[in-house]
Order: sequence, then C-alpha cells, then structure tokens
Amino acid sequence: MFANFDFDVIRRSLGYLFFDGMTFTLTLTGLSALGGLVFGTLIALMRLSSLRVLGWIAGLYVDLMRSLPLVLVIFWFYFLVPYIGQWLTGSSRPVRVGAFASSLITFILFEAAYFSEIMRAGIQSISRGQPAAAQALGLTYSQTMRYVVLPQAFRNMLPVLLTQTIVLFQDTSLVYVLSIPDFLGAASKVAQRDGRLVEMYLFAAAVYFIISCFASFGVRRLQARIAIVR
Amino acid sequence: MNYHWNWHIFFDQDPSGAGTYLDMLLSGLALTIETALCAWIIALALGSVVGVLRTLPSNAASMVGFVWVEFFRNMPLLVQLFIWFFVLPELLPPSWGLWLKQMPHAPFYTAAIGIGLFMSARVAEQTRAGIGSLPRGQKLAATALGLTTAQTYRYVLLPMAFRIIMPPLTSEFLSTIKNTSVAITIGLIELTAAARSMQEFSFQVFEAFTAATVLYLLVNIVVVIAMRLLERAIAIPGYITGK
Repeated sequence: MFANFDFDVIRRSLGYLFFDGMTFTLTLTGLSALGGLVFGTLIALMRLSSLRVLGWIAGLYVDLMRSLPLVLVIFWFYFLVPYIGQWLTGSSRPVRVGAFASSLITFILFEAAYFSEIMRAGIQSISRGQPAAAQALGLTYSQTMRYVVLPQAFRNMLPVLLTQTIVLFQDTSLVYVLSIPDFLGAASKVAQRDGRLVEMYLFAAAVYFIISCFASFGVRRLQARIAIVR
Repeated sequence: MNYHWNWHIFFDQDPSGAGTYLDMLLSGLALTIETALCAWIIALALGSVVGVLRTLPSNAASMVGFVWVEFFRNMPLLVQLFIWFFVLPELLPPSWGLWLKQMPHAPFYTAAIGIGLFMSARVAEQTRAGIGSLPRGQKLAATALGLTTAQTYRYVLLPMAFRIIMPPLTSEFLSTIKNTSVAITIGLIELTAAARSMQEFSFQVFEAFTAATVLYLLVNIVVVIAMRLLERAIAIPGYITGK
C-alpha cells in the first residue's frame, strides 16, 4: 500500500510549504482573528445598543453572513473588493487588490459575524450589577464598556474565541478556490507538479491535524485554569 | 460603479445548451440539497452512535468515540475531501481503486460521505452534551427499574437527549448545507459552483452570486421554519423550550 511512497518529495518541498504556504496561512489566521474580534465586538455592541436601528442592522448582517457558505462569500468579495476600492478612491477603473488583501478582508468580515455572537454572549453573561455600579461611579458608556464590561466578557469568552480561531485556521484552507498558495494550496501545487497527490495531501492532513490537536489541547488547559481562578 | 447590470441574463441560454442560466442554478440548488440530505443522514446516524459511545461506562468505547471525534474535527473539510477523492483510490488494491475512479457521480458520493463523516464528529459532540445534560437520576432510576444499558439508552436517555439538542442540531444541519459548497473543489456542480460557472460564461458576476445568495437564504429560512415547527411538536413539557 505504501510501497512506492516517496518521502523525498515532502522533504524537498518543506521550505516552500512552510516558509511560503504556512506563513501565509498563519498570517491570514492571526490578522483575521484580530480584525474579526475588533469588528465583531463592535457588531455585538451595536446589537445590544438601545438604538433599535443599530441592533436591527447588526442582526441583519450577522444573520446574512451566517447563512451563506464561506466559499460563496470568498467569491463575492474577490469580485466585489475591486469595485469597493474604486468607489472609495474615486478612480475610474476597478482597483487591483492582491490575493492576500482580498482574502484578509473576506475573512475579517465573515468571521466578525461569528465572533460577534461569541462576544454578545460574553457581554450578556456579565451580571447587571457591574454596568450599574460603573454608571453609579459616573463612568460614561464608553468608559463602562472599555474598563468594566469588555475586559470581563473577553476573559470569560477567551476559550470560545480561541476555539473559533482554530476553526478559522482550518477554514483558511478554502482560499484554495482562488488558487492562492496558502499551506494547502502550496501542497497541492507541488502535488500536481510532481504527480505526488498521495504523499502531499496526507502530509498536509497530518500537519493540519497536529497543529489543531495541539491548539485545542492548549485551549482545554487554559479553560481549566480560568475556571479555577474564577 | 461602472458595472453593467443585466438582470435578464438568467433567461439566456447557457453555452452547454442544456437550458437557461436559471435552470443551471436551480439544478445546482437541487444537487446542494441532495448532497446535504445524504450527508446529514450519515452524520446523524454515525454521530449518534459515536456520541453514545462516549457516554458509555466502558473505557474502550469512550476511547473509540474520542478518537473518532478528534480525527474528523481536527482536519479542514477541504483536506478530508481531497483525501477521500484523490488519495483513497491510490491506497486501495488496484482493482478497487480503479472501480472507485470509474464510478459515475464520484464527486457526489465523495462529498456526501466526506461531509457526512466530517459532520458526524460535531453531531457526536452534541449528542454527548445532550446525554450529559440529563439529571443523573434518570439513568439511576432506569437501572433501578432493572433496564439493561441498551434499554436505558433506548427508552430513557436518548428520547430525552434528542429532544433537548434539537436547536443545536438545527444549526449543524444548516452547516451541512453550507459545507456542501466545499465540494466545488472536487468538481461537484452544486449551487456555488453553478453560480461560479454562470459567472465565467456570462461575465455577469454579481447577478450570478446574488441569485445564489438568495437561494441559500431561502433554503435557510425553510429549514429554520421547519425545524421550529418540529421543535414545538416534540418539546418536553416542563423544560424552557417546552412552554
């Protein structure tokens, strides 16, 4: 079964796979998680705001994003971003956007919907006495959020946020549909060039598996530690 | 925006001559729904079994369940589909591999089974959580009545657990529908792929994707309404959902 398994093709392409592919994947994951968290928190605040219109808009955005498949959203933004760029900069032609920028914008906007639901749950899990006490101390709305509510919400939700980031890490492999060389894309390029699909795909699967396993193990330990502190 | 909109494009013939672009999108939609239903049956069947395994008193059984869940949860769906589609036929004995490669509708079967296995890990976690959420007294009472373990699950634990986890199962089913779009990479012409090829043939990017978006939203709304009706019908009296 593994008689003509060629380990050398993996060894030869390690540099390309990790320095180009994995760097792209991890940078995209990290920046999307950060951007998604910031944007998602804003959406969560909009959803919980006393202004009905804001809550309505945020809810619509979240529901829309969450009912579409990521692959379709990737295609949407891939074609839409140049036109948005043209509209923003007022140039006469659609703006050329690189593969990385396009996928980064896609993932930030897509993941924000999921992160916002997590942050909303986190904010709602804070007892009512906390914002009431902050108000009694004379803090403004933004001070209440900034110094009292959000730090606690973020802390309570940290394990869930990290789990969502692991899902995001796996989901970045979908940029494959735009032929972008992320880790899987790089593996697939080598696989097709050398006719070594079996080796490259099994290797890619193993790498994703090991990273995700270690990450979720770390999240579980963190969760146990946070649970004790509280 | 100097994009040229043309909403009549849906009634133009597609280049393959099979029908209009609208027909193309609708047949993509049909394939999305078929794939999702097949995958969901597999996910629900295997996921329930694995979820139950994880709650059994036997260490070996819960270990098998644990390994199953971790195996299917820690690899991207795309990579799993590639493995079933490209790698598996090469690793089997040559005659089996050839049979797999020559099978008609190979992308459909691969997608249904691959997505089914991927989702089964998630369903298993929900099933386990559902069984775990039941008060301990339920199992103890069943044992005291002299029920065997199998009977305890069949008549006491599972009927309760499945009714409790209906809402999360609904969102897992919605994920299954969305995940069928990943099968575009192994050549399944489901809804996203149909929109993509309509865009390539007609150059009307945004019309094609708008139509696909609307169709996905409709499917979502139908599923959510249907599940809400089902939830109401099977709600357990006395629980929050059973008002």
